[in-house]
Amino acid sequence: MTSPRTLLILAVAMGLSACAGGFRGDGAGSGYGSGTGAGAGAGMGVYDPASPQYFNQTVGDRVFFAVDESTLSAEARATLDAQADWLIRNPEYSAIVEGHADEQGTREYNLALGARRASAVRDYIVERGVADARLRTVSYGKERPIEICSTEACYSKNRRAVTVISAGSSS
Amino acid sequence: MRHLATYLLALALSTLAVAGPGAQAQGRDGPLRIEITEGVIEPLPFAVPDFVAEDGRARDLAAQIADVVAADLAGTGLFREIPENAHISRVTSFDSPVQFSDWKAINAQALVTGAVATGAGGRLTVKFRLFDVFAEAPLGEGLQFQGSTGSWRRMAHKVSDAVYSRITGEAPYFDSRVVFVSETGPKNDRRKRLAVMDYDGANMQYLTGDQSLVLAPRFSPDGRRVLYTSYETGFPRINILDVTTVQRRALDDQPGTMSFAPRFAPDGRTVVFSLNRGANTDIFTLDLASGERRRLTSSAAIETAPSFSPDGRFVVFESDRSGTQQLYIMSASGGEARRISFGKGRYGTPVWSPRGDMIAFTKQNAGRFHIGVMRTDGSEERLLTSSFLDEGPTWAPNGRVVMFTRETAGAGGAPALYSVDISGRNLKRVPTPNAASDPNWSPLLE
Repeated sequence: MTSPRTLLILAVAMGLSACAGGFRGDGAGSGYGSGTGAGAGAGMGVYDPASPQYFNQTVGDRVFFAVDESTLSAEARATLDAQADWLIRNPEYSAIVEGHADEQGTREYNLALGARRASAVRDYIVERGVADARLRTVSYGKERPIEICSTEACYSKNRRAVTVISAGSSS
Repeated sequence: MRHLATYLLALALSTLAVAGPGAQAQGRDGPLRIEITEGVIEPLPFAVPDFVAEDGRARDLAAQIADVVAADLAGTGLFREIPENAHISRVTSFDSPVQFSDWKAINAQALVTGAVATGAGGRLTVKFRLFDVFAEAPLGEGLQFQGSTGSWRRMAHKVSDAVYSRITGEAPYFDSRVVFVSETGPKNDRRKRLAVMDYDGANMQYLTGDQSLVLAPRFSPDGRRVLYTSYETGFPRINILDVTTVQRRALDDQPGTMSFAPRFAPDGRTVVFSLNRGANTDIFTLDLASGERRRLTSSAAIETAPSFSPDGRFVVFESDRSGTQQLYIMSASGGEARRISFGKGRYGTPVWSPRGDMIAFTKQNAGRFHIGVMRTDGSEERLLTSSFLDEGPTWAPNGRVVMFTRETAGAGGAPALYSVDISGRNLKRVPTPNAASDPNWSPLLE
């Protein structure tokens, strides 16, 4: 039986190697890398529940929005409930909420729309009891798509807010 | 035989002087000129034989300057060059009499002749004359420009500007630059950096590296500084950059906020921009000398993309306060705003014409994007382009041409710069070495 401490070290080590290229988050933030597939495979189905990798993979680091909307769906709220619980249990971390838009829109408007989305997520998490000072928001507008086709299949994944965990109680 | 005067008339007919409500927004009484004709103008045939090299070192430049003049004029779509191999006469001396019959024979309506001389210390002298061939007379005085050899393109553009203005009666625009965002890399990992170039794509230089995301550069009224949005700190902030020294500084750093969409006021001392706090984005001005900030809008809606009127009295901007993006005009000190866009779809990125009479904008409707223009009261809306994604118009210094970003669809999609006449004619790509977006056209250079 491995001790919990060994498991934690292993998990962190695996998480880091999966993030080769730096702690680049979904956007340009300096956080623990997320993104699909990060840390998956290699028999690593389970992360330490207190790790940012667990947050990204198991809690779910992102929520999605309808076209030109910043309203949180029931599914998004469920994800954010879990995000808030995780942040409450792990007070040594803070987070940056990144708001994103799909490419169908003008640059400036999409920056403001991404800010609305990030703000909606942040407000919800704060309402669930996470200290305001632990969360910052940033908007990337349409500048950082993760899916690159020009159809709704991609757009629906790009209209997102991603909670990027970083070390430190606040910035 | 058609005279140059006939073409002048044709050009004049394509513009109609109208005094309209736009003049009120400007507080002006004079007539406004607006092109309303969509008809095709037959381009005016002209000849620009190689300029005469007055010394051995001037020979290459004499040919290149003539080429740039020809490209400037033909590039407007209003002129058609008669190529050199069709010329009968050779111009071997700048002051010899022009053989008008030789130019009439090939139907050259306008003839530009010139001479180039080099001097000590890299000095360059360029002179030119413009002739109305069928009237057998010069059109205006001959002109002479002096500069350094390295600025030969600018001197060529100055010749073109003089020719264009004399024939069309319009203000010139060739001696100008464009600042824009140069883009490399795949769509999901795009690298962006600021670059500046001549209006025709020549002499491109980078102004920033590609380490952090940069967006939407905008020239100061004197063309020496550029405002832009940078993610250098991890959050969008407005920077101001000196084009010559490439030194930059953050304009206004308020923690917990994001600032973007900056533009100079016509006096160059005030900046109007968007500031986001939480879910809300509003428009502010910042006095560059005192650092004093002033709030112009305060609704819970998204208010962004502000642009001053050329007299500095008004700001046009976009807001979704009605539910969708629409265009509004308010006083430059804020207060009540008047909506000016009422067509189908969404309207954004309004930019006031340097002439004061029109607003260029991006329109999104039924899955397509358009660049359009309208009067300052919202009347006479005209869409100039249509594509998967056109956005972000910027005006040529004379208010006759707009440049914008056109992005192609799909995984391999990339942006490029295009320009179009405000009549909707002469759509063309502006050459850039990489993908490019967010052009901003400088004023005419000094």
